[in-house]
Amino acid sequence: MAKVLRKFVLPGDLIVKGNYPPAPNTYQMDDGLHSLKVGLSEIEGRNVRVIPLAGRYVPRPDDLVVGVVIDLNAFAWSVDINSFFPAFLTATDVFGKRYSPESEDLSSKFDIGDVIIARVAAYDRSKDPMLTVAGPKLGRVNGGYLMKISPVKVPRLIGRRGSMSKMIEEATGTRITIGQNGIIVINGEPSRIPLAVKAIEMVETQAHLAGLSVSVQNFLSKETGRVVRKPQEGPPQSDDFNSGESE
Amino acid sequence: MTQLISKKNLRLDGRKLDELRPIKLTVGVLKNADGSAYIEWGRNKIMAGVYGPKECHPKHMALPDRALLKCRYHMAPFSVDDRKPPQPSRREIELSKIIREALSPAIVLEDFPRTAIEVYVEVLQSDGSSRIASITAASAALADAGIPMRDLVVGCAVGKVQDKIVADVSDTEDKEGQVDLPVAFMPNLNLITLLQSDGALTKDEFEKAFKLALEKGRYVYEIVRDALLEGFVGRKNEKEGN
Repeated sequence: MAKVLRKFVLPGDLIVKGNYPPAPNTYQMDDGLHSLKVGLSEIEGRNVRVIPLAGRYVPRPDDLVVGVVIDLNAFAWSVDINSFFPAFLTATDVFGKRYSPESEDLSSKFDIGDVIIARVAAYDRSKDPMLTVAGPKLGRVNGGYLMKISPVKVPRLIGRRGSMSKMIEEATGTRITIGQNGIIVINGEPSRIPLAVKAIEMVETQAHLAGLSVSVQNFLSKETGRVVRKPQEGPPQSDDFNSGESE
Repeated sequence: MTQLISKKNLRLDGRKLDELRPIKLTVGVLKNADGSAYIEWGRNKIMAGVYGPKECHPKHMALPDRALLKCRYHMAPFSVDDRKPPQPSRREIELSKIIREALSPAIVLEDFPRTAIEVYVEVLQSDGSSRIASITAASAALADAGIPMRDLVVGCAVGKVQDKIVADVSDTEDKEGQVDLPVAFMPNLNLITLLQSDGALTKDEFEKAFKLALEKGRYVYEIVRDALLEGFVGRKNEKEGN
């Protein structure tokens, strides 16, 4: 494996000279690839990328998101997913193709103010994002603690194949659902939630630092008074809806 | 007329002809904005806040192919020595427009069609060349908000005072001097985004002044770089203190 070169970059900074394949958060000029954002650039062989350190959530198809229902009409719900457009969830997605506004009432399923876990079904820049709740673990959130982190820090919180979030879940005995849009639902014993919140805040504030999982591991071991192990990295699973980021 | 430059080539505040006033920039100062920056440039004190990209309101203003960039330059009533009426003046409307036009080439507006990006610049204390200080602070705030930009926008105002080319024109020099020439540009791409001039320069004078503006602008760029580095890498301890 080629060595990874990391660098702090600002918008306009030349990351690498020469002709490289297009990469996220970069643009090509005559002299080479430049960064579009404040972030950390990574060069691995001919693969270049910039991990942004700030920014809003941009919906991507298949992302798992947590949102709040803000409006409903006869055919769809409007959901705030912490992005620049409200997403919509169609009635046919929930009630099936035979849905009729005469026989069914949308508010019987999700009402304004309800928190839902959904997946982005479709999005491109010209249309508002469309959601779906068809799938396991999707639908209304019936309880738990909601918190918000910066969406760019979400890959770090998930960790490689979910290792970071699994470690926090196991150490604190909670269940954590992480939306790619930066909204998190924590379920579990009320007394255990504050520790999970602290650990998540720690990940958010130290997301740009190397060796993050070790410091979170030490923090959790100290707080719980027992040895917290890093979970084994299993093979990628189909229900691993959030592809995490390597460290 | 006020003597603006001494026989030893020193200016009213003791600066040399090509010397800038002290500049202090901090990013991420406002919690409720998506991005923010605070700049002290000499006696200028300017706060910039950025929201976006967000839904565009009113909706009829939204553009189908790119984001709408909204800028507001506003001077606080206490920003000048005589109370400034708080409603937008002719000058503030002009500066809002030129700040928008100076920043828009840098921002990748095409990535966010139908949305709006809002830039609010609040001048708390004004002391000459505030448009350049505002653009610098606003571009740092945009970077802080994580909005994709081709480059940062920085600049420097140069001028002609008592027939001499000077860098970083102060308030008195602007009012009593001969020429004020603000320049804003993208230092990596070498593209000018703002060039204004009030007063006349000969061709040679212009070339000298323009070169000085670019040179000093690059110095300002280093300050912005340091501020962003400090803001992002130094931010890790912020929450622990709360």
